[in-house]
Amino acid sequence: MSALEIQKVRKDFGNERVLKDVSLAIESGEFLILVGPSGCGKSTLMNAIAGLEPVTAGEIRIADRDVTWLTPAERDIAMVFQSYALYPSMTVRQNISFGLEMRKVPRAEREAAVERVADLLQITALLDRKPAQLSGGQRQRVAMGRALAREPAVYLFDEPLSNLDAKLRVDMRTEIKKLHLRLGTTIVYVTHDQIEAMTLADRIAVMRDGHILQLGTPDEVYNDPVDIFVAGFMGSPSMNFIATTLEGQAGDYRLRIVTEGEDALVLPWPASRETPALAEQVGRSVILGLRPEHFSEEDSRLSGMDEGTPLSARVSVVEPTGADILLNMPLGDAEVTARVGPKCRVAPGERLSLRVDMGRAVLFDSETQKRLA
Amino acid sequence: MDNVIRRRTLGARLARLALYAALLLAALFYLLPLAVMLITSVKPLDEISAGSLLALPQSPTLVPWAKAWGEACTGMRCEGVGGYFWNSFAIVIPAVAISTVVGALNGYALTKWRFRGSELLFGLMLFGCFIPFQVVLLPMAQTLGWLGLSSSRAGLVLVHVIFGIAFTTLFFRNFYVAVPTELVSAAKLDGAGFFRIFWRILLPVSAPIIVVSVIWQFTQIWNDFLFGVAFSAHDTQPVTVALNNLVNTSTGVREYNVDMAAAMIAALPTLVVYVLAGKYFVRGLTAGSVKG
Repeated sequence: MSALEIQKVRKDFGNERVLKDVSLAIESGEFLILVGPSGCGKSTLMNAIAGLEPVTAGEIRIADRDVTWLTPAERDIAMVFQSYALYPSMTVRQNISFGLEMRKVPRAEREAAVERVADLLQITALLDRKPAQLSGGQRQRVAMGRALAREPAVYLFDEPLSNLDAKLRVDMRTEIKKLHLRLGTTIVYVTHDQIEAMTLADRIAVMRDGHILQLGTPDEVYNDPVDIFVAGFMGSPSMNFIATTLEGQAGDYRLRIVTEGEDALVLPWPASRETPALAEQVGRSVILGLRPEHFSEEDSRLSGMDEGTPLSARVSVVEPTGADILLNMPLGDAEVTARVGPKCRVAPGERLSLRVDMGRAVLFDSETQKRLA
Repeated sequence: MDNVIRRRTLGARLARLALYAALLLAALFYLLPLAVMLITSVKPLDEISAGSLLALPQSPTLVPWAKAWGEACTGMRCEGVGGYFWNSFAIVIPAVAISTVVGALNGYALTKWRFRGSELLFGLMLFGCFIPFQVVLLPMAQTLGWLGLSSSRAGLVLVHVIFGIAFTTLFFRNFYVAVPTELVSAAKLDGAGFFRIFWRILLPVSAPIIVVSVIWQFTQIWNDFLFGVAFSAHDTQPVTVALNNLVNTSTGVREYNVDMAAAMIAALPTLVVYVLAGKYFVRGLTAGSVKG
């Protein structure tokens, strides 16, 4: 059963179309993340689901019920806001039970719900405080508690962690994941943080300019992106895009990379990853997408690559992060970033022999930016 | 200690001294009229005609106050300003209460329930702050006549409410615009409606701006003379009009002490309101400009 179904939802602000016929469906118990840069329409879509803004066209169904023209209160949803939106004049206890009170839930039941939620989120000690007396992380918990108290069909999270400091954000991320596993709730979660999206989601919807570009599992979105935008948005450091020329024919495609001051480099394209679309591109410029971790040191036995394609490059910048080392080096018309093990001894200016895992590389059309192979 | 590190040279100290002297002088200058009024109001009449304006009373007396309150002549009647003092309260209290409540609801609707044209409507309401009172005297008199409210306290209350709404709406609108709209969204999702959200979420955080609105409206309406003189009858006059009549009634010797006492009586409520709630007034006016 679909917990939430959105069909061809369109939203105009004046002459500007913010949502362009967006459709998606979420199964009960699923954790969906809407991710994209600011202005992509993800928050507008969230507000449309919540009923805070009417849509221009389309239909929204929650638990198989058309809610397109129902008020927020009638939709059986709860929302956690970016600013937490805790009622400043009420105690934590009153904040959590307000929604139940509005729905005329008897006092005893309300109190039981507050106890249950407070216990779950470990905020029992804070119940009689006002929001102003809480830290950022505590407010975050209370905001989640307020949503959890009502047990609605769908939970909406609008960038709930973006106001927390880095460490707390990671902790709360884990906690949200645990809660979801434990309670089996249906969650729609908006973020612009691609790491949050990767770690939390069952499925990710990458949005841009009012469209959903790709809807898939984190693995699909990360390893099998539909275009350059999705490929570049997911992953940190982001994917390297290298201008190359496609040569050869079916069964023997090769990519020629010309780097200034270096010999031209020719990388064979694995036959197992050929697509019919490549035939038309022979002799033309295509864009090769390589993630930093698709590179590894020549002699690395830990990389898990059976037989990467060898490649030699001059290192321009060395950035140790502790867990591993990021190397910058010119390749084609741009600098690429490669991730190598922390033991790699290389200084800027030196040449380094690397291997590239072409079996995981992706190819894009240089004009349409769409995926070729 | 005022938490500032200053230069401690002789010149700098002298400059500060001069600064304080100038400020003190200015303060005295502004306080002088009040001092003269107070001193004069407790002097017997012969001391006033003999001595100087600033001389302290030789034999202080409260007789002028009693006379101003209960016996002085305001036109044809000689009942003092006491009755009109209560008249003013009967006009001011409902007018302040109604205009504040309406302004709060207006500000709430204009910021949290925006509709097509709400900004235009607010702009037009702002116009109300700049309309000179004289412009509306005749049409207002006509309107009150049609409503059957001519020369009544209810009529004066209505006039003051209508004029006050422009200001109170402005106050509350600017206050609520700083209250995060997500609070209202959260309450909507929780199932609360228009009035419930106002009552439970916004009103509890509105104390500073309510104080501003009440002080502003109280002083404006209490001190009003023009509407009071234009739209009232003998027994519905506010104290400002009575004070004017008292001072202008000339029968024999001019009793400056009684005039001053009556003026003090007429000014006292606004003074009291300022002293009691003044610090909230400043706090409310600056609310929203600083977080927390």
